[in-house]
Amino acid sequence: MNKITERLYNGIVKENPTFVLMLGMCPTLAVTTSAINGLGMGLSTTAVLMFSNMIISAMRKIIPDRVRIPAYIVIVATLVTIVQLLLQAYVRGIYNALGIYIPLIVVNCIILGRAEAYASKNGVLASTFDGIGMGLGFTIALTCIGLIREILGSGSAFGIPFIPEEYHISIFVLAPGAFFVLSVLTALQNKFKAPSATNGSAPKSNLACGGDCMNCSGSSCMTNHQLITDEMNREQKKQGTGKQQ
Amino acid sequence: MKDLLLIAIGSALVNNVVLSQFLGLCPFLGVSKNVKTSAGMGAAVIFVITISSFVTSVIYKGILTPLNLEYLQTIVFILVIAALVQFVEMFLKKSMPSLYEALGVYLPLITTNCAVLGVALTNVQNDYSILESVVNGVGISVGFTIAIVMLAGVRERIQYNDVPRSFQGSPIVLITAGLMAIAFFGFSGLI
Repeated sequence: MNKITERLYNGIVKENPTFVLMLGMCPTLAVTTSAINGLGMGLSTTAVLMFSNMIISAMRKIIPDRVRIPAYIVIVATLVTIVQLLLQAYVRGIYNALGIYIPLIVVNCIILGRAEAYASKNGVLASTFDGIGMGLGFTIALTCIGLIREILGSGSAFGIPFIPEEYHISIFVLAPGAFFVLSVLTALQNKFKAPSATNGSAPKSNLACGGDCMNCSGSSCMTNHQLITDEMNREQKKQGTGKQQ
Repeated sequence: MKDLLLIAIGSALVNNVVLSQFLGLCPFLGVSKNVKTSAGMGAAVIFVITISSFVTSVIYKGILTPLNLEYLQTIVFILVIAALVQFVEMFLKKSMPSLYEALGVYLPLITTNCAVLGVALTNVQNDYSILESVVNGVGISVGFTIAIVMLAGVRERIQYNDVPRSFQGSPIVLITAGLMAIAFFGFSGLI
């Protein structure tokens, strides 16, 4: 019981995927034009994350280590397809508003990140609640950003208008507004020294890339690549010298 | 011909993939520290997206539609793209070492780039033919390259500027990207 609440707290507050780890920035900026859209995207991701963590942790002893990433991708893609079909059938409004970003949940780094960092090493129950916690953290963050943009940009909250039209700052619901809101948010985190991937004080997860999407953004993948080539070169050299001897 | 030109301009400038669709933000913010590496990244993206939009479009039109398996598109596309990037990397390494030297390090980064999958999905969504898909892919990746090289140019200058403490690092980069997005809005009158 203790472990379950700890997992939920960890996902929602301590390692919040958006505010602290800065994972999955593409959907964060793209779909938060209103609080409802943010909520829909967050809940879809939560569903996928919960089931993918559950399935992957149940199969962690069957999947061979070498093909684990393709195996994870297939599991996640299947779940995303199921969610997409369900949304298309029952929640048409959200399906149309989110559009192409629903299938793009597959490449959201939160999902593969949690699979690799947590679900592949822990039991089914803990992994499921890790998925729920992370998903709820993501949902809350998306809803908050969506709410800020909706209030400033179209003067309403959850679709209920309360600010007269002449005071709307419509740039906030357009693309540049997303960048500005996120920028001010990270600046506030820097100002108050809140833990965040942007000022290097976030708890580093044990992903290959450290889970630090904002600063890494591929550069540590490059380091990994470099390490691998170095190792291969060293091995080749070793073989070469062996032959000479 | 006119349609193709419209698609290319539309995807490169009007609906710029990073600045208005928010796809491929990770490399956009991460690999844009200097112009040279960002140009390398851009070239690799053009290379991969062009090939992948052709292959996924052929698979969709030739295999999935005749068999009524359209709902499998997400799974098929992501696997095809992952395999394709691996294959392209091996092929370049073996037969074009000079090109591999230039693009090699960036290729593995592109597999998980949402822009690649995003292009494949928009091609399907807009019901583009194979030729139109390739043109759309080229347009989108050229748009990505323009945006990333421009951002890198700005960031090289920002280094010498006096930025407030709390805006140092990624906040100022995001502000720059926002201003660029406003500038790109000017193109929306183009079509």
